[in-house]
Amino acid sequence: MKVDKHTVRKLAHLSRLELREEDEDNMIKDLNEILTWVEQLNEVDTEGVEPLTNMSHEVNVFREDQVGEHLDHEKALKNAPKKDEDFFRVPKFLNQ
Amino acid sequence: MSQPRDKYTVVIGLEIHAQLSTKSKIYSRDSTTFGSAPNTNVSVVTLAHPGTLPYLNKKVLDYAIKMGLACNSEITRKNIFCRKNYFYPDLPKGYQLTQDKTPICIGGTVLIRTKKGEKYVKLNRIHVEEDAGKSIHQNEETDTLVDLNRAGVALIEIVTEPDLGSAAEAAQTMMEIRKLVRYLDVCDGNMEEGSIRCDANVSIMPKCSTVFGPKVELKNMNSIKQIKNAIEHEIDRQVGIVEAGGEIISETRTYDPATGDSIGMREKEELNDYRYFPEPDLSPVYVTDEWLDEIRNELPVLPEQWRTKFIEEYGLPEYDTGVLTDSREIAKFFNAVCQETQNYKAASNWVMGPVKSYLNDHKIGIDDFPLTPKKLAELIELIDSGKISYSSASQQLFSAWIKTPKIAALEIAEKLNLIQESDSDSLEEVVREVVDKFPDKVKEYNKGKKGLIGMFMGEVMKATKGKADPKITNQLLRDKLESVG
Repeated sequence: MKVDKHTVRKLAHLSRLELREEDEDNMIKDLNEILTWVEQLNEVDTEGVEPLTNMSHEVNVFREDQVGEHLDHEKALKNAPKKDEDFFRVPKFLNQ
Repeated sequence: MSQPRDKYTVVIGLEIHAQLSTKSKIYSRDSTTFGSAPNTNVSVVTLAHPGTLPYLNKKVLDYAIKMGLACNSEITRKNIFCRKNYFYPDLPKGYQLTQDKTPICIGGTVLIRTKKGEKYVKLNRIHVEEDAGKSIHQNEETDTLVDLNRAGVALIEIVTEPDLGSAAEAAQTMMEIRKLVRYLDVCDGNMEEGSIRCDANVSIMPKCSTVFGPKVELKNMNSIKQIKNAIEHEIDRQVGIVEAGGEIISETRTYDPATGDSIGMREKEELNDYRYFPEPDLSPVYVTDEWLDEIRNELPVLPEQWRTKFIEEYGLPEYDTGVLTDSREIAKFFNAVCQETQNYKAASNWVMGPVKSYLNDHKIGIDDFPLTPKKLAELIELIDSGKISYSSASQQLFSAWIKTPKIAALEIAEKLNLIQESDSDSLEEVVREVVDKFPDKVKEYNKGKKGLIGMFMGEVMKATKGKADPKITNQLLRDKLESVG
């Protein structure tokens, strides 16, 4: 797989990142290097090996349906860049 | 006359999100109480603070499996979870923790009945996932307000195949699914509070075609009626566009019940790339035979099973079974009444009529209804034995008994003077007196003026102050009139 300008722009959009045009080439180079390095894994024969989705070998790790402690309301809002007494505030994103 | 609409086949699929009625959220211990102050049912997990990990609520899987079994779905034995990545202010983690390749239920059907008859609507899948928070857009505000109480509440998403051919079928499917989640007690089914929500994918294609047209996703339908209206409107809109030579754009549209119109929501659909990948922070879930059996044993009697029983054992008409199986509690109550009486149709009439209207008038459920099934059966028995008439039972005794359910019905009926004169000996006495009083009328009656029976009947009723059993009186009168004639 090769990363090109189109892929980088799409990824930037999906990640909500603003990428300056002069940075795009560097990003393409970096991403391609990472991919090439990871592609070494393709050399391993994985015939008949179940995909691993989790590092632990545990299964069925559950908890019972019980309500626990909540985060204090003031604390919950504390780190938000913009808020009022009740809500997180974000730039309006729906125009109707 | 042929309408332009008749030239097209309508294809609809539904995606139904049902909030599970667990006490805590799917991946954290936060409360799921509806209507709490904004941003109070939250924890570091819900807010996606760094280093926090999801911790799976077992009941969520129990409930999803329950729904799957009720729909005859195949239950997936090896489940993993996935991240669905997208940015939205009401999604703190930047991804929704859901299932992708291994939905916990695969396939299955939901039976609906419409004017066209019975139909098994095919399900594609049911999977578990978390709800997002709530974004509040107010006109006078320049910001959008975000409340994360709902973020992380457990959902099942029920996805049908594109198997529905009309707005009526779609609405009926939604009704059946809502009925089912309520029977199973996995969701409260409240559409207004958003406990169960429905998106519809609607497309049309020419009658001869087998290639689906571009689909439009309809959102924001908060009642069965709105589902119906929104889909009807969408079909008309699409037919209008195609008939005018235009092309339908695949998009998401939101329905506005106030105007009956819909508005396109997002234009850049091609950028919807969720980049699913397996969730590394949750271990896999293996569903064992024991687990499945446990849930299977917990399944209540389902609406279809009640329906079959009511038709086959109690001989009830189709209409009655529909009303009586509408809720699990009513079905159970009615069935309990039928354990106490043989007069099943009367039991059905009582439950569908006076009982249901009492519940509606007082806004209570059948569990809070003051009369037990046994007492209702007694009432039916009082009528059937001729002691009181149906009209005095339903108009007077019923409401009086509800107020004082501890007192015996017969005692109340006596106090209210509702007991019918059905003792044949004393009635015969009255009948003889009445017949003796009108010798001319007796002659006329026996000459063929049979309608006079009504007059005699009225006289008997007058003499007994309306308490004579009409059936017995009628018989006694006929016998007496003919014997003197």
